[in-house]
Amino acid sequence: MSTQTADTTLDVKGENCPMPVIKTKGAFDELAAGETMEVLSTDSGSMSDIAGWAESTQGAELVDQVEATDSGTNVYKHYVRKVE
Amino acid sequence: MSADASPNDESDGAAPSATEFAELQARVEELEADLASVETDDGPDKMVIIATKGTLDMAYPPLILASTAAAFGYEVTVFHTFWGLEIIHEENSKNLQLSSVGNPNMPVPNLIAALPGMDHMTTRMMRSRIADNDVASIEELIETAIASGVDLQACQMTIDLLDYDEDDFYDGVTTGVGAASAFQDMADADVQLLV
Repeated sequence: MSTQTADTTLDVKGENCPMPVIKTKGAFDELAAGETMEVLSTDSGSMSDIAGWAESTQGAELVDQVEATDSGTNVYKHYVRKVE
Repeated sequence: MSADASPNDESDGAAPSATEFAELQARVEELEADLASVETDDGPDKMVIIATKGTLDMAYPPLILASTAAAFGYEVTVFHTFWGLEIIHEENSKNLQLSSVGNPNMPVPNLIAALPGMDHMTTRMMRSRIADNDVASIEELIETAIASGVDLQACQMTIDLLDYDEDDFYDGVTTGVGAASAFQDMADADVQLLV
């Protein structure tokens, strides 16, 4: 499993659809070109939601998605980069 | 039906004359110009939702889709009419009800579901499930929608019909709009939904 680095982290753990995507979009707008953001979510649906959002959003590149376990809870980690 | 297998008798295999070639070239240029204007005329992606229902369960889909579409860069309008006005009515939106009558998926027979107090109980059960499952509240979704630039509109005719006041709605809700402006938005939109 690769470890990704990120410039900022958005923690949306404990929030359900549609909030992870909406907050990802809000935080993504604040990124500078070239920066990568890590999004932490406990919503399993965020895997397809954030992938779909990144695919449809100009300037957003989905670098990686990782499923991890944090003290018994599944955490879905998304790495989104803002391209020029 | 089988096609006639005879060779194409239109083509004699000769190259087009210089005049024919020039005509074709002019036609290609004309079509390319038309295509370019079609591609640039499109503008931003748009979605319009007509929200007509005001029960707790029916308040969610329009708000969730609207906020999500806004996150996808869409210009979104939600036109609230009839009971859909309850969703954006500041006071009533906090107390939306769920009916246990007429829904065959409910675990109680309609005859019992129709007893006084049953809607209240069903609504309370749904609200606690919403909270347990980390689903956003209606208020939270309205705030999110407005912050994401979604245009929440209240149909003027039904505001008057249901005897509401324009000040009853959340700040940021557009009033004074009717079917014509909703239709105009729908005609322009890429996605149109009636909920």
